[in-house]
Amino acid sequence: MSFATENWEVVIGLEIHAQLATKSKIFSGASTAYGAEPNTQTSVVDIALPGVLPVLNKEAVHMAVKFGMAIGAEVADRSVFARKNYFYPDLPKGYQISQFDLPIVGRGSVDIELENGETKTIGVTRAHLEEDAGKSLHEDFAGMTGIDLNRAGTPLLEIVSEPDMRSAKEAVAYMRKIHSLVQYIGICDGNMQEGSFRCDANVSVRPRGQKEFGTRAELKNINSFRFVERAINIEVERQIDLIEDGGTVVQETRLYDSVKNETRSMRSKEEANDYRYFPDPDLLPVIITEEYRQQVRGELPELPDQKKKRYMDELGLSAYDAGVITSSLALSSYFEKVVQKTGDAKLSANWITGELSARLNREEIEIDKSNVDAEAFSLLLARIKDNTISGKIAKDVLDAMWNGDGSADEVIESKGLKQITDTSAIEAYVDEVIAKNPAQFEELKSGKDKMMGFFVGQVMKMSQGKANPAQVNELIRSKMK
Amino acid sequence: MSNYHTKSVTELSAMLQTGEVSSVELTRFFLDRIKNCDEKLNSFITVCEGLALAQAKESDERLKAGNAPALTGVPIAHKDIFCTRGVKTSCASKMLDNFISPYDATVVTNMRAAGVVMLGKTNMDEFAMGSSNETSYYGTVKNPWNLKAVPGGSSGGSAAAVSARLAPAATGTDTGGSIRQPAAFCGITGIKPTYGRVSRFGMIAFASSLDQAGPMGQSASDCALLLNAMAGFDEKDSTSIEKEVPDYSADLNKPLDGLRIGLPKEYFAHAEGGMNPEVEAVINAALEQYKAMGAELVEIELPNSGLSVPVYYVVAPAECSANLSRFDGVRYGYRCEDPKDLNDLYTRSRGEGFGAEVKRRIMVGAYALSSGYYDAYYLKAQQLRHLISDDFKKAYEQVDVIMAPATPETAFNIGEKSDDPISMYLSDIFTIAVNLAGIPAMSIPVGFAKGMPVGMQIMGNYFEEARLLNVAHQYQQVTDWHSRLPEEFKS
Repeated sequence: MSFATENWEVVIGLEIHAQLATKSKIFSGASTAYGAEPNTQTSVVDIALPGVLPVLNKEAVHMAVKFGMAIGAEVADRSVFARKNYFYPDLPKGYQISQFDLPIVGRGSVDIELENGETKTIGVTRAHLEEDAGKSLHEDFAGMTGIDLNRAGTPLLEIVSEPDMRSAKEAVAYMRKIHSLVQYIGICDGNMQEGSFRCDANVSVRPRGQKEFGTRAELKNINSFRFVERAINIEVERQIDLIEDGGTVVQETRLYDSVKNETRSMRSKEEANDYRYFPDPDLLPVIITEEYRQQVRGELPELPDQKKKRYMDELGLSAYDAGVITSSLALSSYFEKVVQKTGDAKLSANWITGELSARLNREEIEIDKSNVDAEAFSLLLARIKDNTISGKIAKDVLDAMWNGDGSADEVIESKGLKQITDTSAIEAYVDEVIAKNPAQFEELKSGKDKMMGFFVGQVMKMSQGKANPAQVNELIRSKMK
Repeated sequence: MSNYHTKSVTELSAMLQTGEVSSVELTRFFLDRIKNCDEKLNSFITVCEGLALAQAKESDERLKAGNAPALTGVPIAHKDIFCTRGVKTSCASKMLDNFISPYDATVVTNMRAAGVVMLGKTNMDEFAMGSSNETSYYGTVKNPWNLKAVPGGSSGGSAAAVSARLAPAATGTDTGGSIRQPAAFCGITGIKPTYGRVSRFGMIAFASSLDQAGPMGQSASDCALLLNAMAGFDEKDSTSIEKEVPDYSADLNKPLDGLRIGLPKEYFAHAEGGMNPEVEAVINAALEQYKAMGAELVEIELPNSGLSVPVYYVVAPAECSANLSRFDGVRYGYRCEDPKDLNDLYTRSRGEGFGAEVKRRIMVGAYALSSGYYDAYYLKAQQLRHLISDDFKKAYEQVDVIMAPATPETAFNIGEKSDDPISMYLSDIFTIAVNLAGIPAMSIPVGFAKGMPVGMQIMGNYFEEARLLNVAHQYQQVTDWHSRLPEEFKS
């Protein structure tokens, strides 16, 4: 956006909360499954009865270490849980168990791809383990608030970035990268609707060339890529307008309202809580040995950057296609299924990053919710490969499949879209077109190659797109002799 | 008329095992005794008559079936800080006056598994914060040796109940002396084990890094039996220690020849808040007795012991300020009438539900943890804590156990210190360092000063509970202070 690029530089840092995919909570044995009846997934520990004590879920530690390894971060030999004290009805203990000055994962980084194809490294300051709070339900209870503690104690990994991003697009690219990474390594389901992956964005602006950061606002709890981009842009606009009108940005927490597309102040720094952090005496420090680090490193699957390189080196994909496909574990596994069926990586990649992605983006759905699954999609590509349909017709077939009209073969059959490969049938069209356009045909024969496109187009039109373009081409050329 | 109240747990256990008495008979006897005598003492908050009799009946069946554990059928009392399923667990606070715990503390589970019968829940200082039992929502407990005097705190109800033999034994907890000081004031034996030896799960937290449960009884041998049942690793308490529990009764009879007893000169100095001369005379006589039994007395130094009280009064309130945040009127416990909004719900529920001492400590603790003060108070206190621990570690290179009075003076009168928190805090001056270091220590009765019991504190190295119990037991073999009963409760 021009307003941001002319005189102002945008500075963004993200705090991403990834819900860890453990079966039980971080400090109790209660289930973490989503969507149960309120307060049915709570143990005596989760509701903070008097006398209860937290016991650390080792799997949560394992997942955090895995993340640390995946971003090449320092995983601390010794990290400490701390109590973050504040009162809220959905926080049963009156403090959240988190990590403060000694987090489990230290400095690391991830690479993102910019729109111009360049790669940028974004620093990760730290990642720490903490428990989620419950939910306050304000509807359904006239004048009162209901509390659902099912989510209380669900393990979270809070991933804090450096203020390295310079646009909303970069922020989204970074968030997508982390989103894909946590799914690759199997520590988070990435489900944003259910709140398994959400972020806070710290946004500030400064005049271009200025070294010091501007005062930042923290945008809370944004749970979709689209909203992150919009929220940051609208906040940047607000801050620039404010400064240009002679005002100053105050450090505060703001809420993004996606309906009104605006950010609103929640509380200023002065109203901010003093959380009175101190080490939780109920929990021992977490000790990570070199052996354990090595073991976890050995468990890491192929990561997005490695996969991308493999797709380029072994499957011959372009950097762009390989980047798009590996950006999501679900997309790359879709791609691999399709390649397995079609045996044609380039064709598969083209169609997935092109036509399929366009449809997914249009309807804002993720690949795992695609109307056309990998199996059905590969059958469509198979029909292109065996010349049953042309690429152009295939787009229509895909549309029909998308709308639930059946498999590729069913659509081709029912709509009569089968490509005409019968030479005599095509020849009849060719002859007819030549007969109707004798002057143009003379031009073609006299060496005006541009006319070739006209003739092919006419034949295709006449055949309603079903003629095999290669055959059409060949036949016209034979008539020229 | 039966005289079961003059019998130790060790004796009662033998009588139950041989069938000389049934658990139901014994339980009835103590329930009656509570009914008849506790009006004078106020040592119980809840008496579980029905439950106790049902457990006694079950115990008798176990005894009949054979192979019943040693404590089967022995009735005891639990401090009301332990969660007990289906029974009110108040922590002596208005905040939890309506709280019926849905689960049992590990200590309660372990004791029940060992066969004990629960008579009821004993009175205490509110949330274990106090040294006199005067902060209880249910009123002060009286000292059986002098009904005008305090029983000590915070396990004052347990101490008074055992002292008057309303129960043969009881459980207690000790954060800064809450087992040892009331044991000393009431003339009974109590042991605070090494931090991590007994599970804290289900024990309502005061200061998590200091709290430790232990038995309070008539003698070291009784405490050994009870500790055998209480101690052990618990996966529900991350700070409990995975270390085998020895048989604490096994070494009771080891002779004390060559035992090196350290006497910290700081504890015997006549400084302000120091020992009362009459208490000192009793202590010295007990030390002479140990000498006569073959022990050697060695003067040692605990140079940082003067820091104990200030360090404790930063660490304990800081931890309690967070531990008590869960009492917010939202899910259980006291809730104010007609809250007008969330803030009102919090401030009035907590303002009305907590007593003055609890509020004082929450405020001190929140202050010590506040941004800008944390380094100067909490962090500094934790650093000093290491120095205090190091003092003990050095001392145990020289000596086997350390002895000192449990308290500078005998039980004071009710009301005497209740308006002066500092002077009240100083009554724990000899007991607090032990909790900061996490070492085990006990208090045993060693005589009387002006008619009130005097307690000797015996401190040991980490996990040397068996040694402490042995040292105490040997003394109790040649003295009878521990089996004396207050006049009013003899019959």
